[in-house]
This record gives sequence, structure tokens and C-alpha cells, in this order.
Amino acid sequence: MSETAPPRTDDHEDEPRPFARNSGSTVPESIHTGELVEPGMPLEISEEMALAYEQGVDIEARSHWAYARKRFLRHRLAMASLILLVIILAAGMFANVVAPYGYADIDLLNTQAPPSIHGSETLNPITGETAQGKPHLFGTDLLGRDYFSRVLYGIRTSARVAFVVATLSTLIGTAIGAIAGYFGGWGDNLLMRFTDLILTVPGLAILLVAAAFLGNGSPYRVAVILALLFWTGLARIVRGAFLSLREKEFVEAAKASGSGDMRIIVKHMLPNTLGPIIVTATLTVAAAILTEAVLSFLGFGIQPPTPALGKLISDGQGQMIEAWWLVTFPGLVIVGIVLCINFIGDGLRDALDPTQRKVG
Amino acid sequence: MLTYIVRRLLYSIPVLLAASFLTFTFVVLTADPLQGLKGNFRAQPERIAAITHKYHLDEPVVVQYGYWFKQAATHKLGNTLVGNTPIWPELQRVLGHTIQLLLMAEIFALITGVALGVYSAIRQYSVFDYTTTTLSFVGLATPIFWLALIFQIVFTNIYLKWDIRIFYTAGLSSVDPGHGFSFLIDRMQHLALPALCIAVVSIATYSRYMRASMLEVVNSDYVRTARAKGLKERRVVMRHAFRNALIPIITLVGLNFGALFGGAIVTETIFSLDGMGAYFIRALADGDPYRIQAWLLVSSVMIIIGNLFADIVYGYLDPRIRYE
Repeated sequence: MSETAPPRTDDHEDEPRPFARNSGSTVPESIHTGELVEPGMPLEISEEMALAYEQGVDIEARSHWAYARKRFLRHRLAMASLILLVIILAAGMFANVVAPYGYADIDLLNTQAPPSIHGSETLNPITGETAQGKPHLFGTDLLGRDYFSRVLYGIRTSARVAFVVATLSTLIGTAIGAIAGYFGGWGDNLLMRFTDLILTVPGLAILLVAAAFLGNGSPYRVAVILALLFWTGLARIVRGAFLSLREKEFVEAAKASGSGDMRIIVKHMLPNTLGPIIVTATLTVAAAILTEAVLSFLGFGIQPPTPALGKLISDGQGQMIEAWWLVTFPGLVIVGIVLCINFIGDGLRDALDPTQRKVG
Repeated sequence: MLTYIVRRLLYSIPVLLAASFLTFTFVVLTADPLQGLKGNFRAQPERIAAITHKYHLDEPVVVQYGYWFKQAATHKLGNTLVGNTPIWPELQRVLGHTIQLLLMAEIFALITGVALGVYSAIRQYSVFDYTTTTLSFVGLATPIFWLALIFQIVFTNIYLKWDIRIFYTAGLSSVDPGHGFSFLIDRMQHLALPALCIAVVSIATYSRYMRASMLEVVNSDYVRTARAKGLKERRVVMRHAFRNALIPIITLVGLNFGALFGGAIVTETIFSLDGMGAYFIRALADGDPYRIQAWLLVSSVMIIIGNLFADIVYGYLDPRIRYE
């Protein structure tokens, strides 16, 4: 190596730096300094970069993922949603610690108590004494069960279901979409016929039939049923991406160098479709939460005593005219979670867009 | 064009058959239409066996499907398994109600969604634009069934507190709805809330599509030409941009109309409307494969008509599209 770039330290600030024009070595200096450079990144150096270098501004080489991360971190709405969502989900996950009461704790002196922070006065019908009631953020139901605690446990159930749905349907959708796009053949046929079917038959009806007869009220069975109907959207996206990637030079090169089909799919093509896959998986979580809520509400989803958000709403339906809080709060939580996920999905879509190189 | 329609219709027949066979198998294998009878301790075992034999419930699924298909094809979808009453008259009645509901919802959603979309496109990045976008996000995140319950709470409490009846919260008609115009008003008062619930998601979708489509058209060459030749802004927007931006929305309406048949299930159940959704839930609770099949067939045909309508109108409105 004839020319090596000077070390990037601040004491070189005043002297003009000799600019290494990519001539002696094709390896950019950032590799030596341990920064992120993808092997496939173009190494040509633009005017701005040269100028920036001469003025002593550090240039970081960033991979696509580094750009994406930076862009996502600067997406204020998405970041705020992410923080809020993490708080909500954490409260649900650790419901047994966070919740002030158990989800089935009955308090017959505090039935249908409206939501309050300090607790309302309650009259004991037997002794005739009034006492300061306990605080119930989301009120209590006909049996005096604290709805805040029930909602927290409900978040846990719904989040678990949604997570299983998203994971399973992403795996199935990616696998079938990749096979369909790469090989054509039976995978492609299966996918296209299934798409026809879904375009012809009302989806919710099929879901209801399946959940009614196979669901059994168990959260995981419901999750699997949802996943088996949710994979087609992602499969079509992956198929489309694979159809266009199949014609690209780097795939041809990989084939020419003797890579097997499996290796080409997993190592070369899949990383190039990760963006849409991640975005779709995120939005699937939102769709799963909404759909599970509908199923549980109609009584075909998760059965008691497991609290799920949709089930909590349908439990409150009978007393909703007098006790509006029983329906309102679980629903607001659903809206909050789904809204957060949709904003995060939007942020991810912007961040992972490979045509963008701009940060911020 | 005609060959295209015929080909599309012919193609949908095998898909429909496959779908109906799959659901039939599914329902027959997992549900028991005689569960009510078997739970009744006064029902004699011989009688149950006789009924099982009469309705071929002891035969393999394929044979059962054959019997259903024969009955459905020759006797207008046949009779129900549970109760043995003709299916078609009842289905016809509930279909009429659902179409009333969906038409009301879609017309309202189309007008509102298009107006919101056009206005936020003209005033891009204004406060109005941001508000509409945010609201459409909220609309898409709201569970319809929850919104329906909130509407019921609000309007029932308004009625209980102030004795003002703005909209009814359940049913299709009052006990004595009257005739002619007063019947129409009464029906509208009953359908308003469920229609609004269904419309919320549609409005959110239409306004976002309309905004995007309008922005695309506003920046196109012919709109610049229209401005350049000195037309008034109002005329440019209404005559040149708006009409062309509307094309994709019309397609969306066709697709959505079919999809709404699924969404109406929940709303109809909550508002106790005697529509397709409630019919489906009843059939499901009874475990009656014949009624589920009939329902599925009718809804699927509505969806196919909706999709076909979308394609045809698109080709008619946009002369660049030609179907082979």
C-alpha cells in the first residue's frame, strides 16, 4: 500500500490532509478503523465527501441498516409510539407485578364503582358504615373486579396471541412467497389459488367458522387459526419481490459461481426483501390484535377465565349503559396499541426504503 | 368487453365450488347440527338415528356434499337442516336489509371521504390536512364493534337523560313505523348508527386514497396546461383534476362493497339488525352446514359482482385501460 490515510485525530485539524483517491487501495480506510462498510457498497467518492474530508469533517460509511436505524431513530412519531407501546406491553407482560389486584379478585362492596384515582365512598349494607373505597383507575364491574387489572392481564393475552400470529404468518408467508417467486410451480399455484379464494369468500366468515369449531377457546389455537389465514398478504409481497430479484445480476452471478437454490434464496435474495417483510410483520401484529378482539367479542375466540381485550368489552356490554367504563377503557387500550403499531410500521416503511439515503 | 366479463364469471365458478366444498367439509367434520336434539333427554335414540339417516348425516362428507349440491341447485338453496324450513325466502329478506345498510354506509363514506381527500390535497400540509391524516389513522385503528358500543352508550344516555331520540340503537324499525315518508325516516334513524360504524373505516381509506390520487393528478402535465391556458382554479380542480382523480376511488368502492359483507357481521349483531351477518351467526351457532353454505354462496356472489363492477367501471372511466 503506497498511500495510507492519516489517522483521524483532532491534532491533524490544521494541516491540509493528503486525500487518498481510491487509487492505491480499493479498501476504504473505514475498514481499518472498524467502521461499518458493506462489501457491496460503491466506493466512489463524491465531491461533497472530498470537500468534507479536506475540511476535517469525519465521514462515516454506513450500511443500509445503519441508515435505516438512524432514519427510524429520527422519526419522532414512530419513536414516541415505540416508547408508548413498550410501556403498554411491559405493563401487560408483568401484569402479575404491576396490576394492583388479581384479574379475578372479587370485591362485593365495590361493585360497579366508577373510575377514580382516590377511590369513592362506599356504603357497607350490613354494618351501615361508610368507608373510603379503594382506588380503581378503570372502575369495577358487577362483581367488583378491578378493570384496570383485568385490562392489564387482557393486554398480556392479546399481545401473546398477536405475537404468535405475526411470527407464524411471517414464517409461512415468507417461505411460500419465496418458493413461489423463485421456483414458480406448486408454491406459486397454491399461493395464487389461495389468493383467488380469499378474494372471493368473506374472510371474517371463514375465520368465524374455523374459530367456532376448532378454536376451543384457547389463545394459542386461536392464534394458529389467525396465522393460517394471515400469511397470504406477505406471501404475495415476497413473491413479487422475488420475481424481480430473480432477474438481477447478482443472483445470476451467484448461480454462475455454483451456489445452490437454498443458498441463493436465504443468503442473497432474502436479505434484499427484509424491509417489506419487517413492515408487513409489524402491521400483522395490529391486524391480529383487532381480529382477535372481534373473535373474542363475538364469543368465538378466547374463553373465560382468561381475560382478553375483546372479551372484556363483551363482558361489559351488558351493563354498559350504567357502567360506561367497562366498555370504554379496554377499547381505548386497543385503539392505543393498534395506533402505536401502525405509526411504527409507517416509520419502518420510511426508514427501510432503500431508495432513500437521507438521514432525518 | 363482453368476452372479458363472461370469462371472469366462468373463472369464478370453480373457485366458488372449491370454496363451498372446503367450508362444507369443515363444518360437517367439526359441527353437529343435531347437538340440540341430542342434548334433549326426551329425544329417543331411534328418532335421532332416523333423522341422522334421513339427512344423510351418516354418509361420507363427499356424499353429503353431493346431496346438498343437488338440493341447492334444484330447490333454490334447499331447506335448512335444523328446522327444515326453506332457506331462500329468509336469505332474500336479510340480504335486502344488508344491502340497504351497506348502500347507506357506502354513499355516506364516499361523499365524506372524497370531500376530505380532495380538500386535504388542495391544502397539502395545512392544519386541515394533518388533522384528516391523523383522524384517518385513528379510524383505521378503531375496532368497529367497540365504536358501535360507544355510539349505543352515547345515544341511549342522551335518550334517557333528555328524552331526545336522535337515532335508534337497535333493530330495523319501530313498532309502528308508519308508511311512505315516515317509514323512510324511521328506517334511516335505525340504520344511521350502524351505517356510520361501517363508514368510519371506509372514510379513512377513501380519504387517504383520494388525497394521494388527487396529488398525483394535480402535478400532472394536463393540469399544468389547464392552468397555463388561464382557467380559473376552481374549474381546473373540479373539471380537470377531480374527475380523473376519482377513477381509482370508484374501483376501490367496488372492491370494498364486497369486503364489507364480512365487516357487516359484527355491526349487525351489535345493532340487532335482521341482516346477513346475524343470519350467519345464527347458522353458525346451530352448526347448520346448509345455511352456512347458502350464506357463503350469496355473499361470495356479491363479492364477485363487486369486483367485476370495479373492473368494468375502471375500464369505462379510464380509456387507457383495455381488457382483452
